[in-house]
Formats: sequence, structure tokens, C-alpha cells
Amino acid sequence: MNGRILSVVGGMFLLTVCSKGDTGNAAAVPAAPPAAATSEASADGGTITGKIKFTGTPPKMPTIDMSEEAACKAKYPAPPKEEMVVAGAANALANVFVYVSAGLPANAKYQAPSTPVVLDQNGCRYHPHVLGIMVGQNLEIKNSDPLLHNIKAIAKKNRGFNVSQPNAGMTRDVTFSAPEVMVNLECNVHGWMHAYAGVRPDPFFAVSGADGSFSIKGLPPGTYTVEAWHEKFGTQTATVTIAATESKTANFTFAAH
Amino acid sequence: MIRRLLALCISLLPAPCSLLLSQDTTAGKTVYVKWCAGCHGESGAGDGPAARHMIPPPRDFTGAVYQIRSTASGQLPTDADLLRSIDEGLPGTAMPGWKTKLSDRQRRDVLAYIKTFSTFFADTTQRPQLLQFGEEPGVGAEALRVGRQFYDSIGCRKCHGDQGRGDGPSAPTLKDDAGHPIFAANLHENWRFNGGATTTDIYHRLRTGLDGTPMPSFSDLIDQKFLTETELWRAAEYVRSLSPSEPPVVRDVIHAPLAAHGLPRAPDDSGWNAIDTYWFPLVGQVIHKSRWFAPAVTGVWVKAVHTTDSIALRVTWDDRSVSPDSSWLGHVGRVLAAVQTDDSSREQPALWPDQIAVQFPVTIPTGMERPYFLMGSSSAPVYQWRWVSTARSSAAAGLARGLERFDPAANTGVGGQAVYDHGQWRVVFTRALASPDTATQLAFRTGRAIPVAFFAWDGSNGEHGTHMAVSTWYFLALDEPVPARVFISPVLAMVLTLGLGMLVVWRAQQKTSYRRQQ
Repeated sequence: MNGRILSVVGGMFLLTVCSKGDTGNAAAVPAAPPAAATSEASADGGTITGKIKFTGTPPKMPTIDMSEEAACKAKYPAPPKEEMVVAGAANALANVFVYVSAGLPANAKYQAPSTPVVLDQNGCRYHPHVLGIMVGQNLEIKNSDPLLHNIKAIAKKNRGFNVSQPNAGMTRDVTFSAPEVMVNLECNVHGWMHAYAGVRPDPFFAVSGADGSFSIKGLPPGTYTVEAWHEKFGTQTATVTIAATESKTANFTFAAH
Repeated sequence: MIRRLLALCISLLPAPCSLLLSQDTTAGKTVYVKWCAGCHGESGAGDGPAARHMIPPPRDFTGAVYQIRSTASGQLPTDADLLRSIDEGLPGTAMPGWKTKLSDRQRRDVLAYIKTFSTFFADTTQRPQLLQFGEEPGVGAEALRVGRQFYDSIGCRKCHGDQGRGDGPSAPTLKDDAGHPIFAANLHENWRFNGGATTTDIYHRLRTGLDGTPMPSFSDLIDQKFLTETELWRAAEYVRSLSPSEPPVVRDVIHAPLAAHGLPRAPDDSGWNAIDTYWFPLVGQVIHKSRWFAPAVTGVWVKAVHTTDSIALRVTWDDRSVSPDSSWLGHVGRVLAAVQTDDSSREQPALWPDQIAVQFPVTIPTGMERPYFLMGSSSAPVYQWRWVSTARSSAAAGLARGLERFDPAANTGVGGQAVYDHGQWRVVFTRALASPDTATQLAFRTGRAIPVAFFAWDGSNGEHGTHMAVSTWYFLALDEPVPARVFISPVLAMVLTLGLGMLVVWRAQQKTSYRRQQ
């Protein structure tokens, strides 16, 4: 009798040990479907709009030396400049990623759109320079230049990658699995090429345009923390309360340094 | 009873399998703390006490980003991939192989422990999938030409340079994920390739990329039908062909033959072709303050030849730039920021030249005693030849009295000529064998073992002063011409022996006939 118990216990123990060792290669269990019903940005929800500016003198952007890449150089009438700070009229600040960092219902799930976000490598620059994307949404990276670009993603919560596109017309679809502001994208062949992807679990984000304006639509009523991120000037936050379908303004002013 | 025994046996049957597959993270931690944490840090963040003395720095395990994989870029490595890096180490870095140092069990346990530093390994949605690599198609006559064509067309040269010495136009700007400086690999030194030296290793790295570094995966070229697998294999074959078939072996004595037709004074003189090459490894100067842990020059190739009155010595080494070169200032800044030195104040990047020094004793020692290899001392100086890239067609000579003091001589008689060619310096020193001043400058003599040592500085890597690469003492031997007596003496001895023998026989016969007559 004792022997039988021993054998059962022993077998169970060995099974445990075996399965523990196999974890790395074991077939993955499919992720459980989200428990909460999928929410969507409501067409008649609230809106947050605003303008982004900065104080001080616009920093001088270095000219990019494209002499090694004639095909890129030819795409510009005048030597292009780097895009760390892209200023519009009256110190308007472009390329600021604005998003709702807190305030949404904890159990809300949002469906990623089926349309991809496109990141184009054209003239040895990224278009756009800053983008927002949802978890699970396709990022279509394409090369419009007839030369080698590598696209390296540096991330902490997502898996980074580094793939090459030596030919014009190459594309690569990637998705991100976790929210992260920001995932850095860069080309190591052309050290000046940087892009930033804000990965969000919801659709409530925007990137400021050349006039510094942005607009986040379809928000359900609530009190939100809105964060504005700029690659050089850092981050700022604002608290905005929205009732029903109202439209609120949240302006941000960064200090140039 | 029998049934019980049987049940017990069955339950124990998988024991060997479980012992092999099981990975004990508790035991792994013990191994890790003892052998790995010094570099990789207690928390696995690549920040151990020794980390600040290394370029490239130790792996940060918390991000689970690994260079050497058999999976697509962005994916986790397999256990076999990780075990390979643990077993073989990463050539060209400070990471040694542990296969002979740790038991199978210890290596598997430490592998399991390393995986606990990142949440990615526990995430069941992250499943590494092996890439299908196929077999090497075999090198045909056209293979290397085709390989070279794709080396150019897929942009390898952008970082690795036209001739593959890591001197491409993008090379000065390269950083790893953490912003640390990183060199594009010198493709002529496959024994320093992180992921292995063979054509297959190279092909696998082309397909997977080296995640965390600027080296991308080229798999999309095949998947999107821009290149066939065979064509990418050709690129790998071409890269392999740039390195010698075997890694260089250190031979302690440089033999300088007697030149048949005068001294080759130019670096690319055809007279050098027939002369044997010797390779010597260089390491960072880590003995005296201020120490240097990140030398860029890892070895020199040396040839020497002499005539009855002069000597020429050619030093060849790979260097990614003609320093000073302002395009490398950013790299210098990153190197100085990444490497800890003894200086309390952090050094600012500046434009420094490339340099090479060849060192001899002042007089040829008769016994085993030699001056201190690290540039002598104040009481026992050494005689040095020095060349600087800012004065290419000349060389200095003089006495070094320790690392900090070099007294150039006025009348040196030392000539210098240099060529920079696609990531490589070739510098020829020439001098008369006889010394211009025997008190301070070595008189070369044939048939003697003359101690020799080498020092190199790469200005574009922030190297100057005591921040340099050094070798130990080796020897230079000026082969003596074989004198005529070597060939004549044996013949003469044979003739004499024969003559003497015949004389003895003749005398003996004379005596015999004399007796008969009596």
C-alpha cells in the first residue's frame, strides 16, 4: 500500500518537474477572450481639442548630411533639417503625442481598427515622425527609397525588432502587444532617422499638426488625465472633465530648452 | 507485491528524461551569483561591478533581447540558442564559454534562472519559432563574385565598408539599444564574430539579425522574393572568404630574411609579397593608471626583412578611420561615457591621431633579462620607433622611460612610410643595422634573438597617452646568410678522410711487399 502511494506521489512530482522544464517550448495556451464587451469611441462622445505651443527661441535644427545617399538628397530642393523640434507659426509645436493616460473605465476594451497605420521611409526620413497606434493594430512599414534602411524598434513592454529593407517597395507589417509611450523607431544606416510610436489600448490619442492643434474625439463622460509628450521638451499633463457630448479645450505650453 | 513494484518502476521510468529537461532556478541562482553576477549584475540588468570596463557591455537580461538566435528578429531565443551562448561564449567580447567550467546541470539551471529576469519568457503568447535556414548551396566558381554583388546591393557596405573592415559611412554613428558605442564587425576577423565563424553562422546572423545591435535581419528579402535563399547564402560565403581559412596563430619569433633585391621601403612594394607574416594580439593597457579597457586595435600583422646593412619592418593593422576625423567625435564621446577610467574628471572627446610604436631594448640582451615590457622604466629605458598619422611619411625614434615619458632622439636614421587603405594602416619603418648612437639606439645584429613589442592607438576610439593597446615581448631574428663553409666543409672532410684512408692502405701494402722481399 505504501509503495502504491509512493509511486503515485513520485509520478506526480516527476510530472511537475518535467512540465516545469518544458515551459519555454510548450505550446502556448490561446489567450482568453476579453471578458468585457468591446467598447468603441462613440461618434457622439465628448471631444478634447487644444493647441500646443512652446516658449522661448526655437532651437536650431542641424542640417542633415545626405551626401552618402544621392537618391535621398535629390528629393529635397534645399538640405533638409532634423525634426527633433518642428515649429509652426507663433511657436506652434508639431509632433506632440497627446493621449488619455488615465480616467477610462478599467474594464473597457477597445477594438483595434482594421486599417493600418503607415510609416513611410521616404527621402531618408520617416513619415510621419510621430504616430499613434492601438495595441494589435497593424503598423505597415514601407520603403519608398531605392536603398537600404533598417528599421529598429527599441521598446521595453513590447518586443523590439530590427529588420532591413534594402529595396524600394518592401513592406513589413508589425503589431504591438502592450501599451507603451513611446516605442522608438530608428534607422542605423542613417543616424538622423528617428520616429516614435505611441502604443495605446484605446483610440483616444492624437498627434499635433504643423499648427500645433490636436483633437481627441468620442470620449465617454468622465474625468481624464491628458498627457502630452514631446521628444525633446518632455511631458505635460492636464485634467479634463467631460460631460455627455461636450467639447473641452486643453492647451499645453512647453518651455524650449 | 509485484504489481506494486511494477507501478513504482513505471513511475520512475521518466526519471532520466526529467533530470535532463528539468531546470532548477534555485540552483541556477547559486551558479549565477557565483559566476555571472560580476558582469551581468545581481538583478540581471547587465550592471555588475565589471560592466563599466567592457565594450560591448554585458547582456541586460531584463529586456530578453538576445543577439544570437535561431528565431526571427523580435522573437525570444530558444533554450538551445541561450545554451549555445553559455557554452561557446561570444567571441570578440568578454563573455567566455562555460562548457568546460560548469556541468551540464549547472548550465541548464543557470539558463532557467536567466530567463526569470524577464517577464517575456513567462508570457505564453511569446513563442519562439525556428527559422528554416536550408543548407549551404556549396561554393561554386561564381559564388564569391555573386556574393560580392549582393554584399553591395543589400547595403552591407554601409556599415561594414567597401572591403569589410567595419569602416562604412554609417560606422561612426552606430549605437546599441542602450546607446552604447558599437563597432560594425571587421569582416576580416571571423574569429571575433559574436555568433560564430563559419559560413553557416554568418548566414544565420543575416537571417535573424543581431537583436539589440544595429545589425538587422535580412529574412524579408527572401520572404518578399527580392532575393533567393541561395543568393543570400552567396553573400554569407563572400563574407566568410574575407577572413583567413584558419584564425591566426601566434609565433614568437619574427624571421627577417636577407633580401635578395634591396629593401622594400614602400608599404605596398612587391618585395613584401614573398615575406612571411606574423600576427600578434594586442590588449588594453590595464596595468598602469590611467587604464584602458576598450582598445580598438586587437592585433598587428608584422613582416620584416633586411639587407647586409639595413632593416625594414612593416606593421599592418585594421583601423576604421584616418584619425583625427571629426565624424568619429560622437563615437569617442560614447566610448568615454561607457568606459570607466581611473580619472576622477571625465575626459572630453577630442581629435586624437592614430599611432603605432615598435619597441626594442637599447642593447640586445645576452641572457633572459629584458627591460619592462610596458615601455621600460626610468632606470632601464627601451628604444622605440613611433609613427603618428598626422605625420604619415616620417617616424620618430627615441627612448621611452615608462608610459609617461618618451625622449625623441635627434639623429634617428629611422624612415617611415604609411598607406591607409579601406580600413587598414600599413606602415614601414626602415633603419641602418648599425646604430647612430649605441648608447641610446639599438644596434641590430644578425643571428640574435632581439626582443620586440608593439603598441597601438586608435585616435577615433578616444585613445591617446596611456589609453592604448599593448603586446608583450616577442622576438625578431635577422636571419644570417648561410656562409659558403657550410657547404664546402663536409665535402672537404670527405675528401680528406678518403685521402687519409687511401694513404693508410698504400702504406700497409708497402710494408707487406717489403716483408715478402725479405
